[in-house]
Amino acid sequence: MQGSAIEIENLTKEYPFGFLHLKKKASLEGLNMQVETGEVFGFIGPNGAGKSTTIKLLMRLIFPTAGSARILGKPISDVEMHREIGYLPEQPYFYDYLTAAEMLDYFARFQDLTAADRKDRVQRMLKKVGLDTAHKIQLRKYSKGMLQRVGLAQAILHDPKVVILDEPMSGLDPLGRREVRDIILELKRDGKTVMFSTHILSDAEMLCDRVGVIVGGRLRGVGAPGTLVDIKSQGMEILFELRGASNAPLLSKATRTGACYRLHVAEEELYAAIEQLRGAGARILSVSQVKATLEEFFLNLVEADRAQAAAVEVSGK
Amino acid sequence: MRRAGVVALNTFREAVRDRVLYSLVFFALLMMAAAVAVGQISIGIEQTVIVSLGLSAISVIGVLISVFIGVALVSKEMDKRTLYALLAKPVRRWEFLLGKFGGLVLTLAVNTAAMALGLLLVMLYVKHSLERSDAVVLVAVYFILLKLALIVALALLFSCFTTPLLAILFTVGLYIVGLYVQELRDLPVEVMSPAMAAFTKWLSHLLPNFENFNVMAMAAHGRAVPGALILQNTLYAVVYCTIVLTAAAVVFSRRNLK
Ligand SMILES: Nc1ncnc2c1ncn2[C@@H]1O[C@H](COP(=O)(O)OP(=O)(O)OP(=O)(O)O)[C@@H](O)[C@H]1O
Ligand SMILES: [Mg+2]
Repeated sequence: MQGSAIEIENLTKEYPFGFLHLKKKASLEGLNMQVETGEVFGFIGPNGAGKSTTIKLLMRLIFPTAGSARILGKPISDVEMHREIGYLPEQPYFYDYLTAAEMLDYFARFQDLTAADRKDRVQRMLKKVGLDTAHKIQLRKYSKGMLQRVGLAQAILHDPKVVILDEPMSGLDPLGRREVRDIILELKRDGKTVMFSTHILSDAEMLCDRVGVIVGGRLRGVGAPGTLVDIKSQGMEILFELRGASNAPLLSKATRTGACYRLHVAEEELYAAIEQLRGAGARILSVSQVKATLEEFFLNLVEADRAQAAAVEVSGK
Repeated sequence: MRRAGVVALNTFREAVRDRVLYSLVFFALLMMAAAVAVGQISIGIEQTVIVSLGLSAISVIGVLISVFIGVALVSKEMDKRTLYALLAKPVRRWEFLLGKFGGLVLTLAVNTAAMALGLLLVMLYVKHSLERSDAVVLVAVYFILLKLALIVALALLFSCFTTPLLAILFTVGLYIVGLYVQELRDLPVEVMSPAMAAFTKWLSHLLPNFENFNVMAMAAHGRAVPGALILQNTLYAVVYCTIVLTAAAVVFSRRNLK
């Protein structure tokens, strides 16, 4: 089946606030977006952008002020469709009186699985998320990262076609992040559709076929991570070590940390710079290309948004 | 329905792990003390004292569990956000609610049955034998359980649209008012304005009638409870619970989780 796994149309969520709830603030404004079948889609935005709001709307945990959405071609109000989707909530928290294995088994009971199949899957999932040694401990004794791992396990336990993860990497150690990345890539290899939210851009750049950038409740751009930004090289960076003094002219432009220096030069000047540094007795540690990243794109948007908000505030007075 | 059953069993497991059944220890100690005390003052009223005391304790313990755990059933899950992952599973919100209700009623049934058994043992101890007429105690216990189911339903309903504290206050308030519904019906209608009389009548039928479930006096004196009353109370509890749970489901199904 080809086509969009998730279709979002004009999805809007307003929260009332202020005296008698008379005023309304939009957390999400007219979101239109598609996630294609089989792709890994990154949903990125700063804190309070509306990422969790969108995901909770998709999961029917909250209800939209306007708009609609379909998952796997079915309206999101269709409960049976939930057999095919997995969801990891933001900062997950589970029944603390259960052990990880019991919790997973409980959730598995809502799917049509036999007892043997349930047991087998629970064991495999615990192993996959690296909790096979901790499965007999009650969840109240779990650390944040361990809870995150159980959360991931329950999201993919029933082999769903669409997996929606709200900040899957938060609270994880570097090893855990890599494991989550591997799991996401494995899901992709198995033909699943993955949508995850994050504000860590490198994760999105590394994993996603496409990303959507949301700021202030509005979608600001969708596309492959590379196409969203101008990847034209913005120069080179040389890292070198220099012991003793030297009067090479380039040295004044470098930033120094101890015996290490960092120097930014245009691409055309790279070889000349290296020559000069070597002449001065420097040991070159590394040379790397400086690229405009998703990060800059993202930061520009946030800046623009702030400026606009400030302008509105001023004109409002 | 099967999914509601899954939720119910987990709710039961939670109650057990939260040591709800420890209330049994308290009940056991109370009954043992009573048995000893009655043995000393014995002047032919052991039956009345033991049965009244036992049934009161069963009722009070049950009401406390129903109100506090009943209110926490859903509000705790919303508060701790354990509900998020669950509602993303193929389960409807009303199924979840029904499961929560069923789980607590199951817990109460087990708890109450254990206490009833304890009561019968104490009766056996003080009277040295049990007669057929003592079966009325079981009917009284059954009525207490019906009453508790109704309280749980009300607690659930209130917890679906207000804070836990207010939900507790509302449930307790309604329970107390419900104990005096008959008095409300017996008010002298003649001295009221027609509007007032109509309102009182309407209110007395709308409020849950908890008085009908109280057959403690009959039980204490070993008098049989008429079969018609058993049927009437059962039907009343079933219909009232259904209405209250439906209302709770309607409210909860539209609720935005925070
Ligand atoms: N229950 C609520 N009542 C009022 N406003 C809310 C509510 N929930 C969220 N909001 C507002 O909606 C906006 C978007 O919140 P959301 O949780 O979707 O952000 P996010 O993109 O997930 O951010 P983060 O990266 O911090 O998780 C925020 O401005 C928040 O204040
Ligand atoms: Mg969020």
